[in-house]
This record gives sequence, structure tokens and C-alpha cells, in this order.
Amino acid sequence: MTEGDRDRDRRSMKRVAERIAQQQIGAGPAALGSLWPLVLGVAFAWFLQQWIAPAIGPFYAKVVLDIGIAIVAASSLNIVNGFGGQFSIGHAGFMMVGGYAAAWLTYYGSIQLWGSPALHGGFLGGGDLLFLCGCVLAGIVAAATGVLVGLPSLRLRGDYLAIVTLGFGEIIRVLIQRTGDVMSPHDAEAAGMLGTVGHLGGSLGFGGVPTYTRIFYVYVFVTIVVVCAYRLKISSRGRALLAVRENEVAAEAVGINTARVKVQAFVMSAFFAGIGGTLFAHELGTTLNPQELGFQKSIDIVIMVVLGGMGSISGVVLSATILTIMPELFREFSSYRMPIYALALIIVMIVRPQGLLGIKELWDTALWRRFAGKHGNGGTPRAIVNPPSTGADKRPIAKDKP
Amino acid sequence: MSAATRAAPSEAPRAPALEARGLSLSFGGLKAVDQFSLTLAEKGLSGLIGPNGAGKTTVFNLLTGVYRPDGGEILLGGQRVDGMKPSAIASAGLSRTFQNIRLFGSLSVLDNVRTAAGVRARSGLIRSLLRTPLYLAEEQAILERSLELLDMLGIAHRAGEQANSLPYGEQRKLEIARALATEPKVVLLDEPVAGMNAIEKQEMRTLIQGLRDQFEVAILLIEHDMGLVMDICEHITVLDHGVTIATGNAAAIQGDPKVIEAYLGTTESVAVEGAS
Repeated sequence: MTEGDRDRDRRSMKRVAERIAQQQIGAGPAALGSLWPLVLGVAFAWFLQQWIAPAIGPFYAKVVLDIGIAIVAASSLNIVNGFGGQFSIGHAGFMMVGGYAAAWLTYYGSIQLWGSPALHGGFLGGGDLLFLCGCVLAGIVAAATGVLVGLPSLRLRGDYLAIVTLGFGEIIRVLIQRTGDVMSPHDAEAAGMLGTVGHLGGSLGFGGVPTYTRIFYVYVFVTIVVVCAYRLKISSRGRALLAVRENEVAAEAVGINTARVKVQAFVMSAFFAGIGGTLFAHELGTTLNPQELGFQKSIDIVIMVVLGGMGSISGVVLSATILTIMPELFREFSSYRMPIYALALIIVMIVRPQGLLGIKELWDTALWRRFAGKHGNGGTPRAIVNPPSTGADKRPIAKDKP
Repeated sequence: MSAATRAAPSEAPRAPALEARGLSLSFGGLKAVDQFSLTLAEKGLSGLIGPNGAGKTTVFNLLTGVYRPDGGEILLGGQRVDGMKPSAIASAGLSRTFQNIRLFGSLSVLDNVRTAAGVRARSGLIRSLLRTPLYLAEEQAILERSLELLDMLGIAHRAGEQANSLPYGEQRKLEIARALATEPKVVLLDEPVAGMNAIEKQEMRTLIQGLRDQFEVAILLIEHDMGLVMDICEHITVLDHGVTIATGNAAAIQGDPKVIEAYLGTTESVAVEGAS
């Protein structure tokens, strides 16, 4: 074989490989590569709020809203449990930290600014801005607690880490139960912001939190969380996290600082959980109290992640949606609701122990490919995955030696 | 001390790629490795052999920071690395493969290499999420480099497949590709041809020899296949029960009575073991 032949072989092989790489990056959600997934998400959120919500009535509007919050919670847990393989079962604890931090800001902040904790201003008015500040505060406070929980995860794994995270959730719950009653507007105004820190309602719950959560905001955050999770997954940082899940020893051996990667994952996960908690705290028709965001809530979120497929963003979004709708569907048979729910879970776990989508994304599945294949792009054609072995078996290094 | 080490590379003879001085490690009362020393020249190719349980992999684990030595020092290009974390040592330029293959099993072949190639990327979490130009340029470079590595090792056509679905021989190649992706100065190969047939062995032999020319790395390998070791290694160290019993080139090792004794035993040693 001449030098030219060899070069051509290598070039053709490289093209094949590059096409695979392109497929991997660009398959399905190629759009997520630029700014406009966010624009699209905002538009979708607006559409849901302006047209869908009025059409389906308040009951189903609340279900739509709950789905959004569930997606935020489950997608953020997926970063630690799914990508990082660190089994955390105290996720509601982060939501609680964030939710209370934001509720404190909006309730007492409203009193300081406008003299009453009632809703203030319309869409994107003063109250809404305060609420968005609350979201950021919640994210930051929850992320800080994420560091605290992430640190023990450096020495613990598996069941032991699960116990630590469970303990964390319970500690947060008990601490909040021990806070004082919610202060009246009059007292709060006199006490100032810092004077109200310890007054979060205790075990009775934080009543009177202004209900700023709208479908629009919820789905804007859903978009942000999903896009961030996706971008993390396909980046070098994300692959480092996946590597920790796959094989920690090998991850260290290629130079990944596993300790740092794990703490980063906990921080990012907690940040978004905090925002999820804020959305929950300001939702109409729910009372922010420690029981609501207790152990049961953590388990619900874990189930969403496990059922959807640990590490699959689309799978988790799908299962969060299904698992939020399902209890509502069975509401009429409320006495059989939990057994049916449990049975459904057991069946899914027997049939698909890796979760609905395993570690794949929706656009990696055979079903999607068959559908997308008819419409041109998307999916990876068979021929590329297993190219005809034209020169692909040649080993350049080996060939340089006689 | 540190001033002296820093000055070393500029002095006439450049520091060896990897140097171990008097490494020791005990597990409880058992001396797994005793006073192990080794010098690996730049672009050198050395072998580490010994009977089962001689402590070869333990030496690798010491060099790569998995175990912390009880005594002795490790210098990578003249810089002390003992006591550092495995990830820090890997970043300093020491890369390895594993005896029992440790791939990122459920990731794709390409992603296995990209993970390793991405370790040196400068863009952090925020840049990755915002997709800044720096991040995109880095990812593109990582992708190209990874494909090139897969291409060089002849497994580019497998890029999209799941790593643990590869046949055994290709998994070994992928491990080597991943090790090279970290841009190492020294590569440690732990039994690269274990479980391979004659043809695969021949391939691997040419591949290993090609590595140091193409990537300018020094290679230290553990291998039980004596033919391979004697053929390609310029320098061989023989371990038995954690003690270095012989060093030298292939001819010297083959004639060394201690080596023969370690592998085949003697009538006296059988008698002694029988008595105790």
C-alpha cells in the first residue's frame, strides 16, 4: 500500500468518526447548542400561561404547575444521582432550605417595602422582582448547604452517603420546626429584616407567603435547569462527573479531581433544588411547612429519577411528568390510589430496572430514531455506527513499522 | 531541596522522565515493596517483571499515588510527586492503564477518550453552561484530538459504541488511547497483552514501540509475556516478594541465577519451604 492510499484511508476513517461525533453532539436537540433553546423555553412558558392555563381551568393549571416544579426538583437531583452516581436521598432538604430562604425574603421583604405581605404589582412588577430575587437567594443559600453535604460525600459512598443525606434532610426539617411563629406585619416592621430571621413559622408552617409562582416562571426555570443539565452532560466537566460514576479509580488516574467534581455536582444540584423550593413555597394552594418537604418528598424525587433512568435528562422529565399526573388521575379512587401507584412502580422496576430510558436520552432510543429517520436528520443511521470496514481496520501506528 | 529540583532540568544531563528512590510500602507486617528504585529515561522503554504476587502492581499504585509510600521518593521529570493525589500526579504527566481493565463502561468509546482529554481544559462549569467561545474552541480541540488518538490506535470506527461492548483487545487499546489523551510524559502499562492471542500480541508490540516515537513518552510496562518483555524493553527490573532481585538488559536478566530461582525455584528453597 502506498503512502497516498494510507492517507486516504485515514482521512475517510476520520470523516466517519467525525460524523459520529457530530451525531452525538447534534442529535435531536441541536438547537440546544445556542441561545435560542432559552428563547424557545420562555416562549413555551408564555404560551402555557397565556393560552393553555385559562383553557384547562384552575385545577389542571395547578397540575401543570406541579409538573414544572417536579421537573425542576427531579432534574436537579439527576445531576448528583444520575450523572455523578452519588445516591442522595435528602433532596427535599435543599428545597426546604431554598424555599424558606426565599419565603423569608418575599414575606418580610414585602412588609418592609410595602407594609403588607400581600401580592404587589402585576406581571414583572415589584412583587415579581422580589420573588425572582428570592429565587436567586434560595439558589445561593441551598448551594452553600450543598457544599456542606458534598464534603462528607468525599469519604462516603453508596448506602453510607444515602444515610448522611437522609440525616441532612431531617436536620433541616427539625431546625425549621424549632423556629418561632410568623411575625405579624406590625411586629416585623419594627424588628427589621435581620430580626425576623428566626421566625419561620415552626411546625405550623410559614403561612401567608405571597403566591407569586406563575406557570410562566416555573417553566422558565424548567428550561434553565434542563438546558444547564444537558449542557453539563455534553461538556468536559460533565464527562468528568460521569466518569466518577463509571469508575472512580480510573477517573482519578486520568487526572480528574474526583473530590472537586463531586462537590461541584452537589452545589449545582442544590442550587436548582433551592429554586425548586422557592417555586413550591410561593405556589397557590400549598402551605410551606416542614412536613411537606420532608423525607417523603425526597423519596418521591428519587423515584422520579430512578424511574426515568439515572442520568437521562429526558427520561427524568418524562417520569416527573407522569408521576405528577398519575396521582391526580387516580384521585377519584383515592383509597386505592397509593396501592396502584406502588404497583405501577413495582411493575416498571421489574420490566425496566434501568428506568424508562436507562442512561440514554429520548433521541437515542430506537423508537425515536425510527420516527425521526423518516423526517431526515436526528438519530444515527446504522451505516455510520457500523461502517463498512474499508480501511477502518488498518492500524496506522502498526503500519509505520515493518 | 525545591530550589535544587527546579534547577535540575536546566543542568547538562536532563532529569529522567521518572525516577523512584528507595520506595517502601508495608501492609501491616507484610513488606509489599522494599527499597524499590528505578530510573526511566526520557522516551525510555522499561519492563517490570516478577512472579505472581511479587508486588509489581503495588509499585504501579505507589508511582501513581493510589498508595502513599512509607518511605522513599518519586520524581517525575525532576519534580517530587510522592504524597500527591492520583489526579494531581496524572495531571503532572504520569498516566497508566489497568491490569483489570477499568473503562468508563457505559460511556461511548469517544467519550472515554474525551473525558481524559478534557481534564486539562481551562473552561470551568460556568463557561461550559454559558458555552463561551473559549469553551467551544476547547471542546472542538478535545474532539479532534480524541478522534486522532482513536484513529492512531485503530479503533476510530468504534467511536460511537459503548465502551464495554468492545472486544477485549480493543478495550485494552481504548485504555491506552485514554491514557495518552492526558498528554503524559510517562505511561505505565499494566499487562498490556494479558489474555491476547498471538496476532493481537504482535499488534500490541508494534503499537507499544510506535507510541514512544509518536507521542514522545517514556513507557514502563508490567508483563508476564517474557518474549515481549525481552524483545522490546531496553531495561528490565525483576521483583520478587517486593524486593528487586535483578536489573539490567534482557541478556543480563536471562542469565541471572536469582531470576531463574524466583521463577523456577531451586531444590534448596523447596526443602526450606517444606521444613517451615
